[in-house]
Amino acid sequence: MTPPTFKARRPATYTGIPGWIYAVAAAGALLVVLPLVGMVARVNWARFIPLVTSESSLAALGLSLRTSAASTVLCIVLGVPLALVLARGSFRGQRVLRSLVLLPLVLPPVVGGIALLYTFGRQGLLGRTLEVAGIQIAFSTTAVVLAQTFVALPFLVVSLEGALRTAGPKYEAVAATLGASPSTVLRRVTLPLVLPGLASGAVLSFARSLGEFGATLTFAGSLQGVTRTLPLEIYLQRETDAEAAVALSLVLVAVAVAVVALAYRGSGMVGREITTTTAPARGGDVR
Amino acid sequence: MKHPLAAWAAAVLMVLTLAACAPAGQGGTNDDGAAGQRRTLTVFAAASLKGAFTELAGKFEAANPGTQITLSFAGSADLVTQISQGAPADVFASADARNMAKLADQGLVDGEPRDFATNTLAIAVPAGNPAGIKSFGDLARQGVKVVVCASQVPCGAATTTIEQETGAALKPVSEESSVTDVLGKVSSGEADAGLVYVTDARSAGATVEQVPFPEAAKAVNTYPLAAVKGAGNKPAADAFVAFVLGAEGQAVLAAAGFGAP
Repeated sequence: MTPPTFKARRPATYTGIPGWIYAVAAAGALLVVLPLVGMVARVNWARFIPLVTSESSLAALGLSLRTSAASTVLCIVLGVPLALVLARGSFRGQRVLRSLVLLPLVLPPVVGGIALLYTFGRQGLLGRTLEVAGIQIAFSTTAVVLAQTFVALPFLVVSLEGALRTAGPKYEAVAATLGASPSTVLRRVTLPLVLPGLASGAVLSFARSLGEFGATLTFAGSLQGVTRTLPLEIYLQRETDAEAAVALSLVLVAVAVAVVALAYRGSGMVGREITTTTAPARGGDVR
Repeated sequence: MKHPLAAWAAAVLMVLTLAACAPAGQGGTNDDGAAGQRRTLTVFAAASLKGAFTELAGKFEAANPGTQITLSFAGSADLVTQISQGAPADVFASADARNMAKLADQGLVDGEPRDFATNTLAIAVPAGNPAGIKSFGDLARQGVKVVVCASQVPCGAATTTIEQETGAALKPVSEESSVTDVLGKVSSGEADAGLVYVTDARSAGATVEQVPFPEAAKAVNTYPLAAVKGAGNKPAADAFVAFVLGAEGQAVLAAAGFGAP
């Protein structure tokens, strides 16, 4: 024990966390970690490679990665303007719009699936019009992407709106007084400023898309290579081959862990960069 | 740890919380108890039995005052997993022999399983039959959107059998993991036709029409039921099994569209 070193390393940080908080925190962490351990303990390692590289598994994994990437792009394209409007705009019904956009966060995915079905389905609100135009969404990969975008969009909007509010509008205001057009301000000032928030929002959307199950099952169906994503494949395998389901679950956990780790590292790095570049400007007090 | 007492308090609190979540009345099922005391019988039954078993349970309770039946419906494979993980079931009614065998292999079946019903497939079409489906052969027609069960689940296995017997290869737009999902796609009009059990098509109401087809006889699904080993309430479990196999039970099942075993 060398208390002086300890003190020297963390001189003025107040760590006034009561001891019992650690006990409850440990219980909370266990609640999340223990089931994962339980699942890993059930993996049949001898069969693991053949199980996860079977034709149906690879088809499901490939489809999941492709659709999640597509829905992440859609989330960025649609979510960035939404977040900007919510964070910077001021108009009637803004609060209502925010609540509505965030609704998929709290909605059970099955409900989302039913809602999508009665909107884009053959008998749905837009279905007839789409059919006349020769577009059929139900039972197609498009339906999977649509379902994933529906549930993942709020993650991007929430992250980005938070980042926009934290950054504040003052740099944008300065750029505008210097003669930059709104589009230039957006491209040269706003977006670089909130890039970490956008990145972590995009990664979260990707992760949420990857795990999407309920809305896809209800809305898109389940056919190998077309609509049967990895979660649906796991759900189906469980009927006959529990070991295959566990092995595939582990793959999904590994991908999810990698994605979350990437999000933390990525946003951390970009975050530091932004702080250093903006620090002098703050010191210079342009106002 | 700095505050062992607080840690213990937290641990005790957690255990108490979990204990409080345990099903109430669990003690009651194990006691033989005096006459008139409420006793619970837990029946795990395949999802397709929902309508029939809900009615059966009501009749059994009426015939056996003091016994209360708790029903749990899910896919047969799900129920087997739940029972083998310790879910408190007294009776298990499976939608196929395969899942009953899975439970028996784990030594969790008390006595011989008894077959109590059969079920065959029917073609379910949306109300009005927009695609004009009249036979099993129509399902293989170009442009007809057919939804079936995946071959991993009982209804899908039956579909595969019929395909092999008739030589008609279907090109489904979706292979769902349960009959309910197939029925959902049909009743919402997304699919032109779906292959489901006769009983499911019947219980779906006015949104779904049924097209019977003779080839269905080639894949008859048999439903077995049995008391679960270690059942808290063995006499009541046996009584319920006998009730389902008896005249009254069979009448309810027949009315729901099930065939005799």
